[in-house]
Amino acid sequence: MSLERRDFLKLCAGTVAGLGLSQVFHPGLVMALEQAAKKAPVIWIQGQGCTGCSVSLLNSVHPSIKEILLNIISLEYHPTVMGAEGELALEHMYAVAEQYKGKFFLAIEGSIPKAAQGKYCIVGELGHREITMLELVQELGKKAAATLALGACACFSAGIPGAEGNLTEATSVTGIFKENKISTPVINVPGCPPHPDWMVGTIAHVLMYGIPELDDNGRPKLFYGRNVHENCPYRGYYEDENFSKTFTQKQGCRYNLGCKGPVANCDAWKRHWNNGVNWCVENAVCIGCVEPGFPDDMSPFYESL
Amino acid sequence: MAGCKPKQAPAAVGLGGEKIKIAVDPVTRIEGHLKVEVEVKNGQVVDARCFGGMFRGFENILIGRDPRDASQLTQRICGVCPTAHATASVRALDRAFNVKLTTNGRIARNLILGANYLQSHILHFYHLAALDYVKAPDVAPFVPRYNKPDLRLDPKTNQIGVDQYLKALEIRRTCHEMVALLGGRMPHVQGLVVGGTTEIPTADKIVAYLWRFKEVIAFIENEYLPLIYTLAKAYPDLLETGTGCKNLLCYGVFPLDDEENTFLLKPGAFIEGKDESLDPSQIQEYVRYSWFKDEDTGLPPNKGKTRPEPEKPGAYSFIKAPRYKNKVCEVGPLARMWITNPELSPIAQKAGFKRMRDLKEKAFSILGRHVARAEEAYLVAKAIAKWLKEVKPGAETYVKTEVPKTGEGWGMTEAPRGSLLHYIKIKDSVVANYQVLAATLWNASPKDDLGQRGPIEQALIGVPVPDPKNPVNVGRVIRAFDP
Repeated sequence: MSLERRDFLKLCAGTVAGLGLSQVFHPGLVMALEQAAKKAPVIWIQGQGCTGCSVSLLNSVHPSIKEILLNIISLEYHPTVMGAEGELALEHMYAVAEQYKGKFFLAIEGSIPKAAQGKYCIVGELGHREITMLELVQELGKKAAATLALGACACFSAGIPGAEGNLTEATSVTGIFKENKISTPVINVPGCPPHPDWMVGTIAHVLMYGIPELDDNGRPKLFYGRNVHENCPYRGYYEDENFSKTFTQKQGCRYNLGCKGPVANCDAWKRHWNNGVNWCVENAVCIGCVEPGFPDDMSPFYESL
Repeated sequence: MAGCKPKQAPAAVGLGGEKIKIAVDPVTRIEGHLKVEVEVKNGQVVDARCFGGMFRGFENILIGRDPRDASQLTQRICGVCPTAHATASVRALDRAFNVKLTTNGRIARNLILGANYLQSHILHFYHLAALDYVKAPDVAPFVPRYNKPDLRLDPKTNQIGVDQYLKALEIRRTCHEMVALLGGRMPHVQGLVVGGTTEIPTADKIVAYLWRFKEVIAFIENEYLPLIYTLAKAYPDLLETGTGCKNLLCYGVFPLDDEENTFLLKPGAFIEGKDESLDPSQIQEYVRYSWFKDEDTGLPPNKGKTRPEPEKPGAYSFIKAPRYKNKVCEVGPLARMWITNPELSPIAQKAGFKRMRDLKEKAFSILGRHVARAEEAYLVAKAIAKWLKEVKPGAETYVKTEVPKTGEGWGMTEAPRGSLLHYIKIKDSVVANYQVLAATLWNASPKDDLGQRGPIEQALIGVPVPDPKNPVNVGRVIRAFDP
């Protein structure tokens, strides 16, 4: 059983009537993914981040994280979940990168600090030598088939670690690759954190069909192609100039409370979070965490645009 | 920059009288970047150092911003406990803005933080710590593992552990759904703001929360707690290992009344065997062994400075060393449960432990800390059941407030992994100073200016490492603190 790319895209976008996201990962696709995963493991490394992207991945519903860990993604290195530690873990990572050179996928969570020769983020030690994130990203970046920059910190101007006032010269994956002439393709999957479907969907697309269509900011159009405000369920209130005056007043548009929906592009307005129970604007406001200007251009978060 | 080809590490040798150094870097299955180095002599740890290997500089980034942004920005310090950072931040802001919550606002905040306590404790035990005791399937990311991993469960019990690991993935996800119902989404909640929360709980949302909660509390009662006590039987020596400094601290968490006279887990200190009331003015942060400017050492949080100096000789960590009355203090579930000393679960009662302090010396150990965490999950779950009856559908949870021109606030709470303090100073309506004193600063701190080792460093001293190539007990001690 196979799944045409066109149908996969429709399923991811949730545009096929009567089919939700849960059907994206129907048994046929899971089987195909298992085959693909065996050929292309994932190495997941963390820089200046909070592990929030990994925790968000754990919140994946369809497929469940159990399915992902056991069957879909061959996650050969991941500091938060892997069994090994210390040199055992690092030696394994380098061995996998060598064995699957040009084939493995590199997932990078967190930003990469350049100041002080990278000393603001040490990721491990081998043979009594400290390894910086700066060094590791270059080493693995050159060998990977493609790189996924996960979360606001790894994309654009490096999210909060890269915000005004930072002392560490926190840099995104694209920034490091450009400066060091690394030509491995980078897919930006921003968000603080990204929705699990954005991460799993992108990884699935890469494994099955190659790199998805990207927008000018290097993001998969599939998930980041549409504006939050244009598609917001509260858009009608905006047209009627009915604006919420306080957070708990839900019969109104959140524009005056500081909502950044008009400058944010993602599909949270229809995908919702945490098994669909809520989303940012329903609860409060959008803070524009998927955009290149996050957080500085979105701040103050609670003042209107 | 040159590549970093793996070099063969010199093999650690023998058990004789010579000292050998073992570095575990990275310490995996924790949140963040940590290295631990131990010196082993005659099969026991004789010295230990904790290296915090990452600095982002949130405190510097906050300067000059709208104070209300702090709760959104600072919760991104930790993706496992963002609700705790958001809670500390909004508590600091509440004071700086001089706003008092509504009763429903207080309860809604407890329901948001409480659900994430359950999530964090379950995630920590199963997905971070359990692989030190339970043998997972032989597939990535569970392999490679140590050659001699000292895994002692019989196949049947081990299978129960593996099944629970997988089930716990769904249970912790369900906890996040509970947080998100009232907090917007997880990780990183939209719903915690100065003045309360942004969403009034509706009857629908309360029911949706309750329905999930029932599944979670059943898991804690029927699976998590029993497994912890099963481990205690299978690894009895680990109830005698990893004692630590035995000074404990708790700022108090989950206010039970609007005046904050009572907390589910009460504020207090336990210093050199004596209970004391908590005096926040006795907290200082030392930096002699941390990569920060020497002249900024010994400052209290409201005078705190964050000026990194990554090349400082003699220093070994980006973690500062906070001390209380110049004492090294452990924070976290063990500290909270010891200080409050609540009644334990029926399963503990059956075994003869009525209250936390009935565990006596065994509480101060690797597995003692896991027992405290699991029992705390049960205690918090019981409290959530009560708050669900107290919360009023439709009653206001938010008090509108304006950014003051000047102000100051201490926001103290407890993250799942320990005492958490945010301090804000507002000048000209923007942040003039912001200091975060996170739980990991207490537990994973390096030495202080008085030469005293941090809590994890102290807990590692004396730990048996019979085989330097398989230093399993080192990782067990560190993870028991949930750094």
